[in-house]
Amino acid sequence: MVAHVWFEQASPLAGAPGVAALEVDADSWSRVALDVAATAGRLVAFWAEARPAGGSWLRATYAAEPGVLVASLALPPGDREYHGLHEVFPAAARMQRAVADLSGPEARGGDRRGWLRHAAWPTGFLPLVDAGEPAPPAAAVTDNYPFVRVTGDGVHEIAVGPVHAGIIEPGHFRFSVVGEKVLRLEERLGYVHKGIERRLAGRLLGDGHRLAARVSGDSAVAFSWAYCQALEGIAGTALPPRAAWLRALALELERLANHLGDLGALGNDAGFAFGLAQFSRLKESLLRLTERVFTQRYLMDFVVPGGVAVDAAAGAEAAIDGFMATLAAEVMRLRQVYDEHAGLRDRFSGAGLVTPDLARRLGLTGLAGRASGQAFDLRIDLPCHPYDELRPVKAAASEGDVEARVAVRFDEVAESCRLVRDIIARLPEGPHRVEPACPPEGAMGIGLIEGWRGPVLVSLTAGPDGTVRRCHPHDPSWHNWPVLEHAVVDNIVPDFPLINKSFNLSYSGHDL
Amino acid sequence: MSWSHWLLQVLQVALALATAPLLVGWVNQCRAWLQNRSAPSALQPYRVIRKLFHKDAVIAANASPLFRLAPYVVFGTMVAAAAMVPTVGTGMPFTTAADAIALVGLFATARMFISLAAMDIGTAFGTLGARREMMIGFLAEPALLMVIFVASLISATTALPAIAAQLVTQSAGLYPSLWFTAVAFTMVLLAENARIPVDNPATHLELTMIHEALLLEYSARHLALMEWAAALKLFNYVTIGIALFVPWGIAAEEGAFALLVSVPAFAAKLLLAGAGIAFIETVSAKLRVFRAPEFLATAFLFAVLGLLVHLLLTG
Repeated sequence: MVAHVWFEQASPLAGAPGVAALEVDADSWSRVALDVAATAGRLVAFWAEARPAGGSWLRATYAAEPGVLVASLALPPGDREYHGLHEVFPAAARMQRAVADLSGPEARGGDRRGWLRHAAWPTGFLPLVDAGEPAPPAAAVTDNYPFVRVTGDGVHEIAVGPVHAGIIEPGHFRFSVVGEKVLRLEERLGYVHKGIERRLAGRLLGDGHRLAARVSGDSAVAFSWAYCQALEGIAGTALPPRAAWLRALALELERLANHLGDLGALGNDAGFAFGLAQFSRLKESLLRLTERVFTQRYLMDFVVPGGVAVDAAAGAEAAIDGFMATLAAEVMRLRQVYDEHAGLRDRFSGAGLVTPDLARRLGLTGLAGRASGQAFDLRIDLPCHPYDELRPVKAAASEGDVEARVAVRFDEVAESCRLVRDIIARLPEGPHRVEPACPPEGAMGIGLIEGWRGPVLVSLTAGPDGTVRRCHPHDPSWHNWPVLEHAVVDNIVPDFPLINKSFNLSYSGHDL
Repeated sequence: MSWSHWLLQVLQVALALATAPLLVGWVNQCRAWLQNRSAPSALQPYRVIRKLFHKDAVIAANASPLFRLAPYVVFGTMVAAAAMVPTVGTGMPFTTAADAIALVGLFATARMFISLAAMDIGTAFGTLGARREMMIGFLAEPALLMVIFVASLISATTALPAIAAQLVTQSAGLYPSLWFTAVAFTMVLLAENARIPVDNPATHLELTMIHEALLLEYSARHLALMEWAAALKLFNYVTIGIALFVPWGIAAEEGAFALLVSVPAFAAKLLLAGAGIAFIETVSAKLRVFRAPEFLATAFLFAVLGLLVHLLLTG
């Protein structure tokens, strides 16, 4: 059987275009996964929800040929095990461990080590199921995480983090090396687990977008748009056209700011501080422009249910248009500098290689995926309005090294500059915000937005009296962190920061 | 040896101690300008050293006495090295005790102590840094020795002040061999002083560090001494370069008048050298660690070329 048969049985789901929902039994649960994999489909997200009747829902979201399928498996109360998806989709392994930590169900045959629980709450307490606060431990508990050991002549371990020499997010990296060569890398994440999902439950639906925007600060627009898309879908609110176009403008500005920052940081990590200085200057100008147009440098509370918080400042169109023309030209010149610099090329080329085949098997997604031949971009594949009219051009490379990820960023910067100017030229008139309706209790919607890092998913289920029953924000970093472990193998230790930066994954969005 | 020689000797060491941080500050300032950044004050290294001396030291529980001793040894060797390198005058009585080969030995001593101290604590980064430092060191030392040999062949002495005094009377065009060795020396200077393209003094990435990784466990006065010693090392290298390749203006005879010429000349040469280092650092990216041996092998090759040219031309 192929994936589209399941799509035919599924019913459409509110929110993002092309999303369908299907309730499956334990038998079909694994068959759906196999069929999706057989038709070159990908796993988008996996999470669990408590069922009002007891037990839990397991929800796996797949992207396959006709669209996006949310397969839900009901787990009766008392039944704690289900068939894991990690054999078909390796990216599911960590999501399954996180589900076990937060909601309880455990994958059969999966990795039983905890993932997000760092001895911060007692064993057996399930933050997303059990009400109340767990009793604080009497004494500090040492978290003994069993890393996989590599043995052999001359093999030793380098433990890096979670506290680093620079000011970056916390994560632990355990390298097994011989000399300078990396034999294996094992990541340990979860240090910034803030309990966002639990915090979202019970909040007012009209307020949740603010927390959603803070899941990962660099993808604030993507997350808040995805949240609002899901909410507007279940509430049946029609988005005013101007609001949709302004959201796209904000999303592209966010993409530009992040790409410019990354391009500078990548140069700096290769010891080329000139690049950092130039790209920082451009990024700063962009942020100031964003502030002039939308009153905020980083658009945390810009996308709101029913539209956007503020309309573009009067006369902003000309300023944006002029700036984008200069930005595109300056980035083009800097691209030449990067391309022609022998030292940089030597560092970028061949470092952190992820072949298209490996990327496909491991489910590399988003920007890093597009650099490894996984040419998927929601803005083009499943466009929501206004991307259906904007028709962006997909950036793609297949070399899969740092150089390819740099090239994809350069391509996307150029394309985003073009898109922003296009949006400005075609911005429709009208209100920028409407009052959203209150969705019925139990309604579920999915928001799917291509953030700068990759596809951002927010699943939202309404509770009573306009509150959130369950909201699961999903960052593409979940898929790409495990691939990073493969990307550094056989590279040398001092190249890791550069490789890591070329992915630039989110800790906060992953740890939730 | 008259008292004035001794006075000049003491003056030159004091000058090195006092101006070394300024040279580092100047290089940082030039780097910032070249990168279109607003530059920190050239006095910033002094402020950092002063701040560090006012802090309480934190030392790992399992540190051995070697760890506490190392900063003093490293600083001491750099001061001793400063006593052998002529800056403003060539009359230096101390150099009768130690020549340029001993100078290379002093640098090696400092390297050994700093590396042992880094491994002493037993953290992965210290060992990592020590390993890389030794790799750079054992490749850089032969190149440096070869550079000194060429200069010694020309002047028939291994004492640096005597070499400088000899070279200052000649014009550089007569010694094409020195031009080759100057290239070699510049490459060694960059590698030995943890500059781009071999190491990055401004990095915050612990996995790529060489020199910074060696200092990770140091704090307060120990770190201050290490930083000061690093500044002195850069100063010493730059002055060796000046003495070997552009000695003109140095006070070869006694008297206050000669110093009136040599001090401004030396200051101008330091400023130029600092700007040059900053320029190289700005236009280069950092090499992959395993390219560093190629880089230093090239330096050695240039030094050997210098030697061959010398032998060919002097028959």
